Amino acid sequence: MGNGFLVVAEHDGGHFKKTAYELLAKAVELAAGAPVSAVVIGGDGAGDLGAHGATKVFTVNGPAFGHYSPEAWVAALQAAITASGAAVVLAPASLQNKDAFPRLSARIGAGYATEVTELSAAGGGVVARRPQYAGKAFSTVQIQSPVALFTVRPNSFPAKPATGGSAEVVALAVDAGAALTRVVASEAPSGDVVDLTEADRIVSGGRSVKSKEGFDTLIRPLAAALGATAGASRAAVDAGFCPHSEQVGQTGKVVNPTLYIAVGISGAIQHLAGMRTSKVIVSINKDAEAPIFGVSTYGIVGDMFEICPLLTDELKAALR
Amino acid sequence: MKIGVLLKQVPSTDTQVKIADPSAGISTADVKWTINPYDEFAIEEALRLKEAGKATEVLLLTVGNKDVEQRLRDALAMGADRAMRLDDPGFVGSDPLGVARILAAAAKAEGVQLVLGGKQAADDDNGQVPIMVAELLGWAHVGVVTKLEIAGETFKAWRASGGGAQDVVEGALPAVITADKGLNEPRYASLKNIMMAKKKAIEVKGMADLGLSAGQVGAAAALVKESGWSLPPQRPAGRILQGDNAARVKELVAVLRDEAKVI
Ligand SMILES: Cc1cc2nc3c(=O)[nH]c(=O)nc-3n(C[C@H](O)[C@H](O)[C@H](O)COP(=O)(O)OP(=O)(O)OC[C@H]3O[C@@H](n4cnc5c(N)ncnc54)[C@H](O)[C@@H]3O)c2cc1C
Repeated sequence: MGNGFLVVAEHDGGHFKKTAYELLAKAVELAAGAPVSAVVIGGDGAGDLGAHGATKVFTVNGPAFGHYSPEAWVAALQAAITASGAAVVLAPASLQNKDAFPRLSARIGAGYATEVTELSAAGGGVVARRPQYAGKAFSTVQIQSPVALFTVRPNSFPAKPATGGSAEVVALAVDAGAALTRVVASEAPSGDVVDLTEADRIVSGGRSVKSKEGFDTLIRPLAAALGATAGASRAAVDAGFCPHSEQVGQTGKVVNPTLYIAVGISGAIQHLAGMRTSKVIVSINKDAEAPIFGVSTYGIVGDMFEICPLLTDELKAALR
Repeated sequence: MKIGVLLKQVPSTDTQVKIADPSAGISTADVKWTINPYDEFAIEEALRLKEAGKATEVLLLTVGNKDVEQRLRDALAMGADRAMRLDDPGFVGSDPLGVARILAAAAKAEGVQLVLGGKQAADDDNGQVPIMVAELLGWAHVGVVTKLEIAGETFKAWRASGGGAQDVVEGALPAVITADKGLNEPRYASLKNIMMAKKKAIEVKGMADLGLSAGQVGAAAALVKESGWSLPPQRPAGRILQGDNAARVKELVAVLRDEAKVI
């Protein structure tokens, strides 16, 4: 039986993602004195992970670890689990981890729960709550293997302020094994935006924007004024107003921001499934009976074509 | 090349979820069942590969009792060649790894070269089983794929890599690919195929046929246990802002800043 926690610290371009601090804060709380370590794949150094509670930071580097591949990531994670002796592994529920963890689970025979949103200590171990049916139900998950694997939905826990702590850095030499796949090209998205699933603020538009131009002149500027990521309903995606990568809902992204603004979205059950855990929901809809108002913190019944530009200007002035 | 398509029956996405027994999961009394929407993309892709002369057979694989047979018939009606239901009292209560062991054993026994599945199931939202199948078989996998090309023994797949970015990934068969929306537009079944599908035999295989043992599958082997089912917490009632547009917009910004403290 292992002991303590291992946090997978994701980073981009030299910065740790917010999820690294969220998970370290939770790990420290649940560990109750047991060791908390972190693993950094394809990046140097511990940065400020020590000040956020990691006592050891394992780094894995080399040509195979520069760009995500499931084989290399599984090898790195397996090595870090062995080196840390951790009983509980917490990773952000990013595309990469959700791709690697099933392989890891099958390889080391460790139970795995996807996209958990709560974690608590129970009987010397950890139990999780997780959404099912796209958030229409929740269940408690208990893992019975010596090592328990969890991917955690971003924004589920608050990060804690840094303290004076520092971490010991341990470079692991990991053999990535024979690569089964090879990335031959990477197609970058247009613009430099936070992924919807990690976004703290989202502004989504629906069918009612009427055109791609409507989406680009109403929704995107409002999102930009807030520093938010743009999202959409399936109706807007299917009509070609924006790409599928921006769809929120049961067959799109499941999001968990602090602020979600739904503009001209009716609130179909499949859309609600993707965004109902948002902390504050604002909706703008001309139909006072639209189901979206049933989950909204604040609502404006009115015409989005008039309200969006006013709100964009007001926010620009307020946030200047 | 034989393609195995992993298929799961799930409640239709417009289901109003109800819970009668918190230890048992959702109540299935009024549920309308469908093929998992992501699996439909997998089925369609398999059919297109066969039509393009790149596959010889499309075999449907599902784990479940007689209640899921209609979903196999739905997929046969789209044009799949064969359907296999993996069913055994010893399979009941399997966790994702157990289900993956069942499917991997069937894929291997059938000499499947390419496994296609959905990126996740619309019930448990786990996104685990197909990738576990790849690991158990020692095969390559690419997840969340929106475009797939097969040339001889090699494949090229486009996978989402976050924030709208994509990786183009190459590898060799055998492999597992999981489908995202955008891979294709699934077809509707033709009347002729619906009639034909009604008559097709559905093969059933159990523990012994697949060479599995009790320690590998079923409730006793499950590492993941679920309980404590509940509906999501109710959101407190919201507030509809009043006044003319300029006043409401001002008030909204003020409450987001001072009351909700989110901007
Ligand atoms: C299998 C399946 C999966 C699905 N998955 C998803 C999913 O992932 N995500 C998703 O979003 N949907 C999904 N759907 C579709 C979903 O059922 C709805 O059809 C869709 O969400 C509706 O999008 P909408 O709200 O933009 O459009 P509508 O329902 O048409 O609503 C438009 C809204 O705009 C309002 N409006 C119109 N004009 C104005 C104006 N000038 N000012 C203000 N308000 C205005 C109207 O009052 C209305 O409420 C799925 C459906 C199925 C069957």
